[in-house]
Amino acid sequence: MSDKQNQEKVISDLYAEAEQWHINTGEETIHAKRVPGRWRTLKWLLASSWLLFFLGPYLRWGDRQAVLFDIPNRQFHLFGATILPQDLWMLSLLLLFFAILLAVATAIAGRIYCGFFCFQTVWTDLYTWIEERLEGPPQKRRKLQQAPWDATKIRTKVIKHSLWLLIALLTGISFVAWFVDAFTLWGSLFSLTVGTTALFFIALFTVGTYLLAGFMREQACFWLCPYARIQGVMLDKSTTLPTYDFHRGEPRGRMLKGKPQEGKGDCVDCNQCVAVCPTGVDIRQGQQEGCIMCALCIDACDAVMEKVHLPKGLIRFESLDQLEGREERPMHRRPRVWIYSAILAISLLGIGYGLSTLDAIEVKVLHNRTPLFVPLSDGSIRNGYTIKILNKVSEDLETTLTVSGPPGIELSGAEEPIHAQNGQVSSRAVFVTIPREALTGESTPIHFQAEAIREEGTLLVSQRSSIFFGPPR
Amino acid sequence: MADNENCFVGENNTGHIWDADLRELSNPPPRWWTIAFWISMGWVVVYAILYPMIPYGQEATKGVLGWTQMKEYHQGMAEIEAVRAPFEERIAQMSAAEILADDGLASYVVASSKVLYGDFCSACHGSGGMGGPGYPVLADDEWLWGGTIEAVVTSITNGRRGVMTAHGKILNDEEINSLAQSVIARDVASNPLYMSKGCIACHGMDGGGMAILGAPSLVDTIYRFLPEEGETQLESVKYTIRHGVNDPSDPNTREAEMPAFRDRLSESDIKKLAVYVHRMGGGQ
Repeated sequence: MSDKQNQEKVISDLYAEAEQWHINTGEETIHAKRVPGRWRTLKWLLASSWLLFFLGPYLRWGDRQAVLFDIPNRQFHLFGATILPQDLWMLSLLLLFFAILLAVATAIAGRIYCGFFCFQTVWTDLYTWIEERLEGPPQKRRKLQQAPWDATKIRTKVIKHSLWLLIALLTGISFVAWFVDAFTLWGSLFSLTVGTTALFFIALFTVGTYLLAGFMREQACFWLCPYARIQGVMLDKSTTLPTYDFHRGEPRGRMLKGKPQEGKGDCVDCNQCVAVCPTGVDIRQGQQEGCIMCALCIDACDAVMEKVHLPKGLIRFESLDQLEGREERPMHRRPRVWIYSAILAISLLGIGYGLSTLDAIEVKVLHNRTPLFVPLSDGSIRNGYTIKILNKVSEDLETTLTVSGPPGIELSGAEEPIHAQNGQVSSRAVFVTIPREALTGESTPIHFQAEAIREEGTLLVSQRSSIFFGPPR
Repeated sequence: MADNENCFVGENNTGHIWDADLRELSNPPPRWWTIAFWISMGWVVVYAILYPMIPYGQEATKGVLGWTQMKEYHQGMAEIEAVRAPFEERIAQMSAAEILADDGLASYVVASSKVLYGDFCSACHGSGGMGGPGYPVLADDEWLWGGTIEAVVTSITNGRRGVMTAHGKILNDEEINSLAQSVIARDVASNPLYMSKGCIACHGMDGGGMAILGAPSLVDTIYRFLPEEGETQLESVKYTIRHGVNDPSDPNTREAEMPAFRDRLSESDIKKLAVYVHRMGGGQ
């Protein structure tokens, strides 16, 4: 085949895929074409960070799983740190951090989270990749869809759905493995002794993944996902996003025999941008709800531009301001960017503060209410307290308790060290006695201090103030 | 009205039209709502078959599951009893002193006996053992009949009834005043009347009391009988000396009696209460 013939064939093939733009509410399965390119590569790279989701549970830290969200025992293990419900305020900061991270990323570069990282689009991408391996490119897939059920079709479909289900099952198991010991989970799966809760969540995620990534696909982004809609309103004119340069492209027109025609724009109307779109939208219609900003249309357009010897970048990451030739607002003049960044910084600082001051032990003091105080036979006054010691380290601790206050203060009930079980709250009833003459009022502040020494020798200290009640003077 | 011609074609009215244009519209609820409604109706039928539901006279249909509230209650209680059984078994076999020495068991007793204490003790001795008007404090370290665990068990089992003679006929006002002043000063031994009038027989040489007789110490800061409203402690002490405690010859005598719980509580319950009281802080 000559060069010219080849070019003609390429172009006529391109037009064959042309389709009219419309909103798809699920009646049509999107069979997106796969075109190599740098955005495609980046998408795979970022998607591969999800491997952590599958492999993470097998990391060990000492004799336990490195990251384990142990809900039955109400503790989260994060490598060396154990986070108990008492530290949960950090979780809210973490959620705030990710929410704002989404907001700032959207304000700067649009829905790149959707395009490159979201599990819905990543899993869909993987599922359609498998589909293409088995059933071939889009035209073949459409043909197969209409073909009668013969042995080949059945075999292909069975293999495809088995692979999909396998991935879905692995997803379910991997999810559950973050909440129970991963190796124990596999053991219980093979010995068929897995608990009903684990089984329920594995089934839920298996079915969910299979349905959402296999069948719902872009429909989830269109009609199910709230973030898609929320992010839509976070864009403004200075947000950089995949944009069709209509100044350069229009009026679009088909290229005949490889010659650019007079008075026509650079868009050769080959519809490749639509053919590769995983949500089936036409980027040339402008920014729209279906666009997940995966930039695959940029790859497709660039490839075509190269073939027809026109400059690349007819579709490119650009803001509306830039496109219209307006001056681009610098980052510091965009309130969204710096307000979001400030919130990001504050939440990060909070988490950093929380993690660095994570007390290894924490003493809490509850004053007994009935009676508030007891006069003793020698004239001194006694108060009862319930001491609660929270042990957040991974070993049991022997905690000694001391009290300080007015002269003559005495502590009883804490002669034996308090045995504080790891990850638990241990309590002890103690009594504090103060001579009546040392009391200056009805209530006197006193201070408790709990101390424990870890196996490796570190001294852990926690203090708590309380009140000592006495009779009116 | 119905004769009027329906000239609102295509509108979802019911055909009921008054005054040419006043009409009744029909806005059916959404389909999902209707479906949910019929599912709920179906559930009512299923429920009526499974559970007691339709009343007739004093009775009601039983339901095929045979569920009753009392059955559920007994099941719940049986579950709790099953958790408690191992502890209760050990308590039945051990003495109160042994229970007290066993940290885990004593903690169980303290945690589980609050209701028992509330039912049988707190009316007089207060919910936290802080005592009441005329009733001794259990949380302090002053005990009329001894504060060892065995003494507490005996007090609960057999009850206690201390006696003090009414001295109003034996002593004159001056002597009563002198003795009362010594009690307030916490120095009875130096008062010659203390020995000559026989106080020493029950309250001891130094006024420290005698647990075997239930005679309180006269030299510590805790008084068995606190003054009533508008009364001083001195007057209260004088009253006690004059009228005595549980003296049948004096109609104004102070009454102070701890009833026996031997017949009202099981041995295990008495042991539990003794440990509970001992743990209030005053146990010896």
